[in-house]
Amino acid sequence: MALLEVEDLSVTFARRGQRAVHAVDGVSFSVDAGEVVGLVGESGCGKSVTSLAIMGLLPKQPGLSVGGKAVFDGTDLLQLDDRSRRDIRGRDIAMIFQDPLSSLNPVIPIGLQVTEVLTRHRGMKGETAAKEAAALLDRVGIPDPKRRLKEYPHQLSGGMRQRALIAMAVACQPRLLIADEPTTALDVTIQAQILELLKDLVRDSGTALLMITHDLGVVAGMCDTVNVLYGGRVVETARRRPLFRQPRHPYTVGLLGSVPRLDAGRGEKLNPIPGSVRDLLPWPDGCAFAPRCARRTDECVGEPPELVHAHDGRSYRCVNPEPLPGMVPAPREEESA
Amino acid sequence: MFRFIVRRLLQLIPTLFGLSLLLFIWLRRLPGGPETAILGERGTPEMRAAIRRNMGLDEPILVQYGRFVRRMIKLDLGTSTSTKRAVTTEFIERFPGTVELTITAMIIAIGVGIPLGYLAARRRGRFLDHASVGGSLIGICIPVFFLGYVLKAIFSENLHWFPSSGRQDPTLGATRVTNFFVLDGLMTREWDAAADALWHLVLPSIALASIPLAIIVRITRASVLEVLNEDFVRTAEAKGLTEQTVRRRHVLRNAMLPVATSIGLLAGGLLSGAVLTETVFAFSGIGAFVAEAIGQRDYPVLMGFILIIAVVYVLVNLLVDLSYSFIDPRVRVR
Repeated sequence: MALLEVEDLSVTFARRGQRAVHAVDGVSFSVDAGEVVGLVGESGCGKSVTSLAIMGLLPKQPGLSVGGKAVFDGTDLLQLDDRSRRDIRGRDIAMIFQDPLSSLNPVIPIGLQVTEVLTRHRGMKGETAAKEAAALLDRVGIPDPKRRLKEYPHQLSGGMRQRALIAMAVACQPRLLIADEPTTALDVTIQAQILELLKDLVRDSGTALLMITHDLGVVAGMCDTVNVLYGGRVVETARRRPLFRQPRHPYTVGLLGSVPRLDAGRGEKLNPIPGSVRDLLPWPDGCAFAPRCARRTDECVGEPPELVHAHDGRSYRCVNPEPLPGMVPAPREEESA
Repeated sequence: MFRFIVRRLLQLIPTLFGLSLLLFIWLRRLPGGPETAILGERGTPEMRAAIRRNMGLDEPILVQYGRFVRRMIKLDLGTSTSTKRAVTTEFIERFPGTVELTITAMIIAIGVGIPLGYLAARRRGRFLDHASVGGSLIGICIPVFFLGYVLKAIFSENLHWFPSSGRQDPTLGATRVTNFFVLDGLMTREWDAAADALWHLVLPSIALASIPLAIIVRITRASVLEVLNEDFVRTAEAKGLTEQTVRRRHVLRNAMLPVATSIGLLAGGLLSGAVLTETVFAFSGIGAFVAEAIGQRDYPVLMGFILIIAVVYVLVNLLVDLSYSFIDPRVRVR
């Protein structure tokens, strides 16, 4: 059984006098214990909102409605009351965020920001908590942890701050760690270090990791399973290797094609996906990606495409997917007619 | 920290120097000159000349300025033209009353304003929010003296809950030590005197607190709303901390910075607000005295008042800057 089973999750923001926005529109995926799962997509595809909804961290505002299920270890997180959710957060499910500087409280020493988790969930106090906090900082590779405990976020470098945040997240050895673009705000060299650290941590502790990113490089280096999101829905799910070798959904193809390659010929142009997320069709009117899609057919508009479960364990939401090599291309409309 | 305080106190010197220049020029530029200020319009030319000689106004301007500064350093602010007593003596008697009043007002403004602003932010868009935002608008709009009269009419003349004027019931015969009546009562263990002085402070300090209270409510509310959207509050929530911890440790403390700044700026305004409040409540502080001095063209008193306001302003803002370093490590002073 999966550790986290997200089923038909939807998040809607309704404003008075305006059309409701479906930020997440029926997302389903699962994370097994100890597995590293990627949630990939452009900005605005709903990946961050998905993670915040699972954590119950969406800002409470009128007009917000969350539907579907997020079953963690047998309990539906979305049905829990505030207190039980607070018990689970930080202890069983922890989260790290994109911008380490703004994610740390500027006026409180790092030490207290680590020990407050230990106090809350593990009942540690005073010396014991301080010792454990130092050990945690040491474990995430922060040198001279005793001194760092007394320092404030602005005295740390970007990489150190993210390490400190990771230390807070793994303080209670959670079973699931959600990382929301943990390397986006960091230098490339630091990015690699942080990813290495995350990889080591999940391998050593058996923590499952839900990696939210727009960066396919991160996915390629870490994830066992990848879910590609577009317009608030999962458009393709596959294991890492098949996804990179033979993407089926045209959007995945586009994502892979828009990554600059070092081995590209001189003068060869990048292949960005034409258009922008703003061209989004509402799903009920057809495939949301259709306006930007190179493989668009008449079938793409009108009916939303269903998720197709292929025999090789992958699934994609497309009526005209990329053919697998060696497969006879589906006959075109005009030829069959 | 100690060096910072010393440095800031040293900064007082140029401030006061600039102020002394302004005051000096102001005194020389009075309509008809200082002699008219003293004699009034009816002095004869001979009397004027005598006064000019007496005051050394016929000497070179630099010599006059030097003497002026020397006297200021010795805290000799001259003699009040209306009471014929030394301005310094008058101030020593009256200033403590004003300090008591402004401190009480500030305690009310901060003690009510910050919690109210915080609650308004947490209940954004609900009744308490609208009530406190609307109420604070009224608080800013109502002139202090008007509110003073209204409070007096309701709570002392109709309900007789509080005394309508004065600083203390003179029939108590309380002992004077520092001229801070509440403090005196506590020091001499004359509990009834302390309580009576405190009782006299209630209405005037509420009237005086109204504007700073309204401003603090609004600034706290805006600041809390901003901090609630900060990433680190989300991090704190993601850690599963209790709501109380998130609120106290992560929201309130960060929201206090702009509030502290505004408190420093408001403290100066309180002193001028005290002039009106003290007049309305016949509260014998410096404010009522200055209000009279304005009517009497009592320039030495006005000059002294301006000096005191300047010094208090600098000192209060020094305190605010020091409080920053307790709230925010990023501006921690060395």
